[in-house]
Amino acid sequence: MKTKLSPLSKLYIVLIMFFLYAPILVMILFSFNASVSTSVFQGFSSRWYVSLIHDEGTIRSVTNTLILAVCSSLIATVMGTAAAVGINAMRNKFIKKTTMNVTNIPMMNPEIVTGISMMLLFVFVGSLVGKEDVLGFTTMLIAHITFNLPYVILSVLPKLRQMDPNLPEAAMDLGCTPLQAFFKVTLPSISTGITTGLMMSFTLSLDDFVISYFTQGPSFETLPIRIFSMTKKRVTPDMYALSTIIFFAILFLLILLNVSQVRGEKRLRNKLNRGGAA
Amino acid sequence: MKNSLTKKIVAAPYLLWAAIFIIVPLIFVVYYSLVDANGSFSLDSIRSIGKYSDIMLNSIWLGFVATIISLLIAYPLAYIMARTTKNMQRTMMMLVMLPMWMNLLIRTYSLMILLQDTGIINSLLGAIHLPGANHLQFHMINTRGAVILGMVYNYIPYMILPLYSIMAKIDYGLIEAAQDLGASKLQVLRKIILPLSLPGIASGFTMVFVPSVSTFYISKKLGGSTFSLIGDIIEMQFKSANNYNLGAALSLILMVLILICMAIMNRFTGDDDDGGVLI
Repeated sequence: MKTKLSPLSKLYIVLIMFFLYAPILVMILFSFNASVSTSVFQGFSSRWYVSLIHDEGTIRSVTNTLILAVCSSLIATVMGTAAAVGINAMRNKFIKKTTMNVTNIPMMNPEIVTGISMMLLFVFVGSLVGKEDVLGFTTMLIAHITFNLPYVILSVLPKLRQMDPNLPEAAMDLGCTPLQAFFKVTLPSISTGITTGLMMSFTLSLDDFVISYFTQGPSFETLPIRIFSMTKKRVTPDMYALSTIIFFAILFLLILLNVSQVRGEKRLRNKLNRGGAA
Repeated sequence: MKNSLTKKIVAAPYLLWAAIFIIVPLIFVVYYSLVDANGSFSLDSIRSIGKYSDIMLNSIWLGFVATIISLLIAYPLAYIMARTTKNMQRTMMMLVMLPMWMNLLIRTYSLMILLQDTGIINSLLGAIHLPGANHLQFHMINTRGAVILGMVYNYIPYMILPLYSIMAKIDYGLIEAAQDLGASKLQVLRKIILPLSLPGIASGFTMVFVPSVSTFYISKKLGGSTFSLIGDIIEMQFKSANNYNLGAALSLILMVLILICMAIMNRFTGDDDDGGVLI
């Protein structure tokens, strides 16, 4: 049933992959360009990688992006997991449905609307307390936590539903406090959902441009914002160099993830086989 | 039960957060679109939206075309992916997801470089000297086609992934059974694969349509200054024209229009309680 690919299918895959990767290949090629041009290749050079390392502004924006992504994804994961546990325990259908609908809003709404709606709130509060420059790290952090939360909640909730609700109760019958029961029984069985949520929010936060763009201030610049202000003029190949590095870092991580997944599956299969034989 | 009470309380911080940072900002959008710059009630912003109706319709049309093209390209690919070996599926998933992790701005910029009049495609074409034709050149940048291409290029992974994940779940036995019973390939597609993959189509549609309609970067870079989408106009109100009221009114309309489109979409595909397929 899982057939080998026909030549036509292969051709189709190759064409689409070419479409997806052509601009990325261009980017990688021109990151090694000897001249400042991003459209005419004039010989191989690694000068843009060198100038990237010395570009303090860019390095700072990379650090800022990482700080923001780590903080927002961790806070969103803790708050979102707690929220999922609470939502799962809700008995009132109406409240539960309303909560879920509100949770879906940041996912359904166009990013630009989410961005400007938060900006309006921040600017309004700022004018109330008489602060002109409210926009900065804090507002961006709030915005990132807000758009990360639904992804955490929606990846933890299904795991909670799959879990046998009698298990934590059994633990409590055996003398666990509710808190112990949560950490010893519930948490391990929803941990995959929590990890997925954490990873998703981390990557979303790293990559976000639109919402950051409307909630950012001049005091805190993230990488996507920096790239945006650079693409307003002309991009120099050092941005390409940075993107190339990011590309290979992600490629490496994905391959690592895949290999460990394949290994894990193999181990599981071996275990099952042995179990069957015994 | 005491336990369920504590369980409900753990959701409290989130509920508070959602109220302040999801609901209240939306109220602000409505509020700002109903007042003027001095804060007194006025319908001027709402009234001036009429001027932008062409741009609005144009945005929706371009987003729709880009979504349909993405669907047409992604559908066969998702089907092929779902039918290959496990290892191949994993590799393909990775290949599809990898570009998504690259910054959208950089990807769009590279696409712009490719499409420019002096860009790589045109230099390659120029290098091929066909007898008769004096210079093979295509003007691609700053056209509607370029903007649509940019949308398809940037958002097609969001179409492929939900389609793939739903097609991987289709029981192949059903397809074989239909074939055994004499169904032609087209009949199998129409009567089995298409209905079973509808939820995937619906979520792919949403995930491509919403960002395409509301984009402002893609149209700016690939459409040039001759070309504006609704996202560009909204961005302008907040970042350069400083007319928050008009910007809020336009956002409100954009939000409502997208909700209407989604509602129509849900009519066609049937309501999905799970909220579609989340990757």
